[in-house]
Amino acid sequence: MTSKLQQLYKTFSLQELRKGMGVTGRQFFNKKTTIMYPEEKTPKSPRFRGLHALRRYPNGEERCIACKLCEAVCPALAITIDSEEREDGTRRTTRYDIDLFKCIYCGFCEEACPVDSIVLTDIHEFHMEENEERLIDKKRLLELGDKYEADIAAARKQDAPYR
Amino acid sequence: MSSVEIEIDGRTYPAEAGEMLIEVTDRNSIYIPRFCYHEKLSVAANCRMCLIEVERAPKPLPACATPVTAGMKVHTRSEIAIEAQKGTMEFLLINHPLDCPVCDQGGECPLQDQALGYGKDNSRFMERKRSVPSDDIGPLISTEMTRCIHCTRCVRYGEEVAGVMEMGAPGRGEHVRISTFLDNTIDSEVSGNMIDLCPVGALTSKPFRFAARSWELTDHQSISPHDCLGSNMLIQTLRNRVERVVPKENPDINECWLADRDRFSYQAIHSENRLTRPMIRQDGTWQEVDWETALTHAAAGLKSIIDQGKADRIGGLAQATSSLEEFHLFQKLIRALGSESVDYRLQQNDFRDDDIAPLFPASELPIRDFGTRSSVLLIGSNIRKEQPLLSLRIRQGWREGRTAVSVINPIDFDLNFECMVSQVVPGSAMLSRTAALANAIASLTGNAAPAEVQALSDGYDAALVAQQLVDAGPEGLIVLGAFAQQHPDASLLKALSSWIAKTTGNRLAILAPGNGAGGALANCLPGKNGLNKQAMLDSGMSSFVLLGSQPELDCLDAYTAVKALENADFVVQLTAFKPEAHNRHVDVALPICSFAETAGSHVNCEGKIQTAQVAIKPVGESKPAWKILRVLGNFLNLEGFDQVTLNDVTQEALAAMDSADRMPNCRPSEFRLDSPVSSTQVGLEPITYMPMYRGDPLVRNASALQSAADNPGPLASLHPETLKDHSLKDGDWVEIGNGSVSAHLQIIEEPRVPRHCVLIPGGYVETMNARAPGTLCIVKAG
Repeated sequence: MTSKLQQLYKTFSLQELRKGMGVTGRQFFNKKTTIMYPEEKTPKSPRFRGLHALRRYPNGEERCIACKLCEAVCPALAITIDSEEREDGTRRTTRYDIDLFKCIYCGFCEEACPVDSIVLTDIHEFHMEENEERLIDKKRLLELGDKYEADIAAARKQDAPYR
Repeated sequence: MSSVEIEIDGRTYPAEAGEMLIEVTDRNSIYIPRFCYHEKLSVAANCRMCLIEVERAPKPLPACATPVTAGMKVHTRSEIAIEAQKGTMEFLLINHPLDCPVCDQGGECPLQDQALGYGKDNSRFMERKRSVPSDDIGPLISTEMTRCIHCTRCVRYGEEVAGVMEMGAPGRGEHVRISTFLDNTIDSEVSGNMIDLCPVGALTSKPFRFAARSWELTDHQSISPHDCLGSNMLIQTLRNRVERVVPKENPDINECWLADRDRFSYQAIHSENRLTRPMIRQDGTWQEVDWETALTHAAAGLKSIIDQGKADRIGGLAQATSSLEEFHLFQKLIRALGSESVDYRLQQNDFRDDDIAPLFPASELPIRDFGTRSSVLLIGSNIRKEQPLLSLRIRQGWREGRTAVSVINPIDFDLNFECMVSQVVPGSAMLSRTAALANAIASLTGNAAPAEVQALSDGYDAALVAQQLVDAGPEGLIVLGAFAQQHPDASLLKALSSWIAKTTGNRLAILAPGNGAGGALANCLPGKNGLNKQAMLDSGMSSFVLLGSQPELDCLDAYTAVKALENADFVVQLTAFKPEAHNRHVDVALPICSFAETAGSHVNCEGKIQTAQVAIKPVGESKPAWKILRVLGNFLNLEGFDQVTLNDVTQEALAAMDSADRMPNCRPSEFRLDSPVSSTQVGLEPITYMPMYRGDPLVRNASALQSAADNPGPLASLHPETLKDHSLKDGDWVEIGNGSVSAHLQIIEEPRVPRHCVLIPGGYVETMNARAPGTLCIVKAG
């Protein structure tokens, strides 16, 4: 009986409504958490796993030695490598293709790489318009590496104590 | 040897007293790590990786060098054993570089695997590491000597198995290094096995260098087409490309070895010379066409020959490395066209005994018994280059003191065993020398030799060899090699040797090139009214169909062959390789698949049929030869060419063979001695031969083999005395020919060639004119 009366009181005094409006009113004047993407961006972890890149040594020599460990470890079979002996006698890739649709961005390739050549950058904004663009080749990967080397190196340095 | 029981890890195992402990553990699948031990090599016990604990022994003992004794108690996984193995591994890794990611052995490396099991995760070694310069040791093996752990397997292999000590271990202690002597190259014909033997990445395959990793290769069982053994091998492919060939162990045939010719000929499959589209020659130029056009053209050409009433003037010449199925359909096609002139024996010149010939060229002795004979007689055989793996077996018997070897050869070949009696006589005298031996055997056994044999003999005292053969009886073996089979009097040599074999009880082996046994069993031989290869080339055929063969290179008498082909009205060639620029005789070239792209059966000299699997898809637009032959049959509206699968062809070929007769037998059905080809000797006697890396189109297009030492180049070899007689010197260029045609060749001094003879290699266009019929005269080029 009492609870029914309480219920009636609540209903006619608009208690619930005023409570709700109170929350809304407080948030209205609080600092906003929504960011205005793409003008604004949230910070990312140095371990973020985005678009791939192939790095070079500071002297400009490509790091990759075609050991094919990334190809072997890749759970999605997204990497295809062909190798040969370069004129100077070193072991090099003639093809390094990554299928971005197959890739699941697990980062195993980076972990397997003995020379820190293949890395996952923190780039997550990329798109393609044609189907074949999903395959990125050695040239493109090296370009990415060259372009973002500073960021890549900084992220690796930041994470180094935990590796 | 007596049987004893020993205890290993708490269990009792039977063993033979005196055998090495590692043999017992291997037999019972008990794992003991090792690097230097190999069952086919002597025990060196220098890697110390197989140390195990034996009770009541003061220290751990190497399992590979510890003989079994009764009541021995062994622990392979005890603390002492593991501690010793871990210690050894730490020492081995002191100087071994950490370059597994760039090492071709990575993924199939015993050191890598065992380092995972016995190695530490970091090194205590802070001193300077050793580094060893790597030498260029030839086109087949690449070296990285810093990786070497001095197991000496390669050294022992060269010394014991291959018979040429090309690797050695000069230096002591820290300074020991495995290298060739005096910076020589590795020239052995079985050198590729060192790649398999090396437990680290110190010796790796040069053609395979950095091409792929072992874990991504797919194995396909295959049979080597190059010699009469039918060596078992694995073709390893990656993404529809043959990357390498490795042996497949078969104790009855190739054990765990493979000859370099079998191992590296795969390079030809992806060579730039591959014919990838059909070509026809019109108005003197080659044009690429589609299959329909090419087949129509080929069929029309053959039809016009038939319409002219010259069906019996169509000749078929097959390459000896073809498969049984290809031989079967090929001879069926030629016979259906109305000709019985079909042959595969391109390097044979004498066919007079075809009517009494055995069913197929064979070895009456199983391959596995070649090393157990007490006597071996080689007649006209450079077995080391012709059948390298058989030579290894004979060498084994000789090394162990079982086998006495004698030879009757036209050249003093560098064999990998020593000969008791080595008779080196010019080709023309081989026959009389063999007859002399037959006579000596006759007088020794009391059997009278036929009168014509006595007449043939040159009176040489062959008592020693005769005694050797007679004493051996059924334990003896007589081998007729390539030089005997291509001899102008080959039929007489066969008759004589089979008489000798019969009289002494020796076994006989005629070792034909390639799948020769398959060719004969598939009846790829001239019929009653047909012509053999020699008659075809001599008698001017109207048309030729060539299965995989390039007569201008495959025939030793290439001059005659090219003349015959040029005189023919229409020549169809089924070939895997582009017609060469000089080729003016082929009208249609149809691209066929190599042995890796099509399945096929091969018959070895024991009569054993083995089937090779398909390894990759056909290169370009090439098609399996059996399909082309079948469709050609359809285009010509011939009966019996409606097989759907290769299996249909195989079954048909097998049904056509009389299985009861497949027992290896290589003796003529009766003794008959034709009169020898008269040899009036004026000028130099030519000795022609097929170098091992020029013998078939595959090896000719395998680039690494072509730069190997066994490809001599188009050089004429003469004895130093002969050079003096003609006032020539090593390196001179000469015109060498029979008077009407001549070849421009460089000469080389070779004391192994008999005097008044000149050794001319086949398989080169350059030497073609020097292989025209007749004796040779030599003139120094201006």
